Amino acid sequence: MTAWIRITITCRQLNERPAIGHQISHKSKAVKDNRPVNLDLTTIRLPVTALTSILHRVSGVAVFVGLALIIYLFDQASASEDSFIAIKECIEGSFLTRIALWTVVSALLFHIVMGVKHLIADLGFGETLESGKRASTIALAVAVVVILLAGVWIW
Amino acid sequence: MVTQVTNFGRNGVSNWLIQRFTSVVMLAYFLCVACFFVCNDNISYELFNAYFSSTPMTIFSTAALLAIIAHAWIGLWAVSTDYLTTRMMGNKGTVLRLLFQTAYSSVLFIYLVWGLKILWG
Ligand code: HEM
Ligand code: HEM
Repeated sequence: MTAWIRITITCRQLNERPAIGHQISHKSKAVKDNRPVNLDLTTIRLPVTALTSILHRVSGVAVFVGLALIIYLFDQASASEDSFIAIKECIEGSFLTRIALWTVVSALLFHIVMGVKHLIADLGFGETLESGKRASTIALAVAVVVILLAGVWIW
Repeated sequence: MVTQVTNFGRNGVSNWLIQRFTSVVMLAYFLCVACFFVCNDNISYELFNAYFSSTPMTIFSTAALLAIIAHAWIGLWAVSTDYLTTRMMGNKGTVLRLLFQTAYSSVLFIYLVWGLKILWG
């Protein structure tokens, strides 16, 4: 958004019509900046809000990968009665598939709990630093409980 | 911000809104599916099939599938443009980002076709 505005301004300054092609070709020049970056991990603190934030991202990527398993299971389960029974036995009979399913379901549950926290915050609740920390802590606790419950269910 | 042309929506605001809208669709869907699994002990094929192959549920599944594709595209784009940049990765940044974007969009396309085939095929 800001990039678009900046490019539009650039185009106006150049007395050009801000056509699509110009927006694209000007952008890389307009936005290429060299801001200082701190990548010394030992000096970066990780408060609970930062922890839940990065874990939300990690879990999102994990769900994307795990979706292959979910779709595969669904495919097998809905294809025919034989393959349904086979896949059910595969889930119930093998430790490895249970762990795999639990991992994916855990990532999804974590992502959903944090996602709901996000949506609530987007509605305008809990926007101060203090309430944000509290919300992160609560969401973390809820996520742990739900993930453990899912584990109990799968076993 | 980098290479906006690779993104899903036209700008950050529409991405933000699509991300929220798809979240709510998926949330509703996963709650329904989770209820089904939790409320029914020892699910049989008949029950499973009756639940998932009814027309309303097929439509709901399709909506959730489409939501996942859009949501994951936007989410992974955000990840790629945060880390796979020339600022973080040096000269290889742009190539890495485009490779990653090609990879996830291909995978999402496969998920889409595969999912639609299961639901409607
Ligand atoms: C989307 C996320 C999913 C969640 C949250 C979820 C949750 C659960 C839970 C809680 C159970 C335990 C139910 C019970 O034992 O009574 C369960 C069982 C099961 N799930 Fe899922 N599940 C998900 C996706 C899937 C998918 C995609 C498939 C494949 C089609 C699948 C197939 C099964 C089967 C066959 C069982 C065993 C049912 C039984 O023995 O009672 N699940 N699931
Ligand atoms: C099922 C497949 C899903 C996948 C593959 C997925 C993936 C992702 C990814 C990769 C991100 C980007 C994270 C970041 O930029 O830090 C994201 C963001 C988000 N996800 Fe999901 N997600 C899924 C489901 C859900 C569900 C069910 C919800 C419902 C609550 C949800 C809520 C959110 C929200 C609110 C954001 C925005 C976070 C932000 O703006 O920083 N997601 N998702």
